[in-house]
Amino acid sequence: MILINCPNCGPRNSSEFRHAGEAGKVRDVTTADPATWRRYLYEQDNPLGWVTESWFHTNGCRSFLRAERHTGTNEIRWVLPIDDLGDVTERAKGNNP
Amino acid sequence: MSLVESPLSKVPRQAVQAGKRKGRGPARYSALDIFRRGVTHADWPRSFRQHELRKSYDVVIIGAGVHGLACAYYLAANHGITNVAVLDKSYMGGGGSGRNTAIIRSNYLTPEGVRFYDRSVVLYQNLAVDLNYNVMFSQRGHLTLAHTDASLRTMNWRAEVNKLQGINSSVIDAQEVGRIVKYLDVSDRPRYPILGALYHPPGGIIRHDAVNWGYARAADHLGAEIHQQTEVLGIETAAGMVTGVRTSRGDISTPVVVNCTAGWATTISDMVGVKMPLITHPLQAAVTEPVKVFLPAVIVSGSLHVYVSQTDRGELVFGASVDPYPSYSMRGSLEFTEAVASHILELIPSISSLKVLRQWAGLCDMTPDYSPIMGITPVGGFLLDVGWGTYGFKAGPVSGEAMAQLVATGCVPDIIAAFDLARFADGRLVGEKGAASVGH
Repeated sequence: MILINCPNCGPRNSSEFRHAGEAGKVRDVTTADPATWRRYLYEQDNPLGWVTESWFHTNGCRSFLRAERHTGTNEIRWVLPIDDLGDVTERAKGNNP
Repeated sequence: MSLVESPLSKVPRQAVQAGKRKGRGPARYSALDIFRRGVTHADWPRSFRQHELRKSYDVVIIGAGVHGLACAYYLAANHGITNVAVLDKSYMGGGGSGRNTAIIRSNYLTPEGVRFYDRSVVLYQNLAVDLNYNVMFSQRGHLTLAHTDASLRTMNWRAEVNKLQGINSSVIDAQEVGRIVKYLDVSDRPRYPILGALYHPPGGIIRHDAVNWGYARAADHLGAEIHQQTEVLGIETAAGMVTGVRTSRGDISTPVVVNCTAGWATTISDMVGVKMPLITHPLQAAVTEPVKVFLPAVIVSGSLHVYVSQTDRGELVFGASVDPYPSYSMRGSLEFTEAVASHILELIPSISSLKVLRQWAGLCDMTPDYSPIMGITPVGGFLLDVGWGTYGFKAGPVSGEAMAQLVATGCVPDIIAAFDLARFADGRLVGEKGAASVGH
């Protein structure tokens, strides 16, 4: 069980959210050859450590969020709206507003 | 990259016959031995030895679970390769091999999958004799319930593929299900009534710890070394070939490394820069207090995301689908317990007062197509036996046998040829989702 501090709705149980995958994967349909496309589709970083990822608040504000989470402890450092690029380095130090 | 040029092909092989033990191993287990030690109160000998880590091995296997231990055993028993180290950062069988729900079956969806898992069932049938270890394999029958027309259609599809491969598997109706398992609610009371089931009589359960210990004991007798509490910190390569392994207990030189780490597979493959199409999810399971034996078969329901079997001790063992987000954390959650309890009571209402004794989680390295990843990689000598998702334990023996053959001969055996890493780049996926999980 993870508590996710939604910027719109406040702290909510992760069961309200849908995990939407690693953040920052970019696809370029105009230039991708089959090998690039399949790397985009299948290859995952899947690290044991801090990851930046997307969540969708299905049973809440129904908006996409970006969060940094540790995959070993499920600790969450910060949660932001998907389009808020913000000062991530400041937030990583624990200065979460 | 072929393994054929690896230095391993020059290693002198001992002429070890399958099953023949070398040196002074502990006495074979037998009924007479139990009686004799019962009378004399003599201690049992240790099942396997502890070793100092040596500087060099012919083969290093990372992960002392059922896959790693089986690979070490078949390397020694079938191919005479005994200069083998099995490394584990924790204790033997402490990962998925000791956390699964011990269900064995071969009623998969693709011909490649059915052939592969059925070889495992055959090896499991003879395992107690081969290893001289009682693995308590009980082929009590396996029922995959269908609650919707769509799942009934998939069951019929699976049954036809199974029959073509010579597997005992058929679709039966709800009344027949009720005759096999008396306590199952086959009425139209539940929200999702049972419409039928895929019945697979050779399926069953096994004692997973005994399988791990049996393989470890037999591999140890034949000369392989098992190193627990030995974490791999890095893998050395030169000119695209594996040359050695750095561990928490010292460095080893070796031409062959086999990655058998399942949930942690990505962290090992990252050491040699082999990118994996894996996502690690926790999978939770739970066990109840023991009661009189009443459940004669393994019950699986994909629609209700639950499976249940009763051990020989009388405990009910429950499993579910993987947790809905990637994680390496093995903590249980209340959502799991609530969901499993409510779903299982839909199927078997009469167990509502049973108490859950404990719950736990194991790690599953899920692949995009729900089939494993086995074989060679772009790094020479670095072999994969990963991608075991929610179906790794039942494949232990056949994977060990096939990986041992790959290491010894340098050729990918036919039975695992479809499961190579390159299939993702080439678009040759082996879709097993309809038969491998309850999470769809």
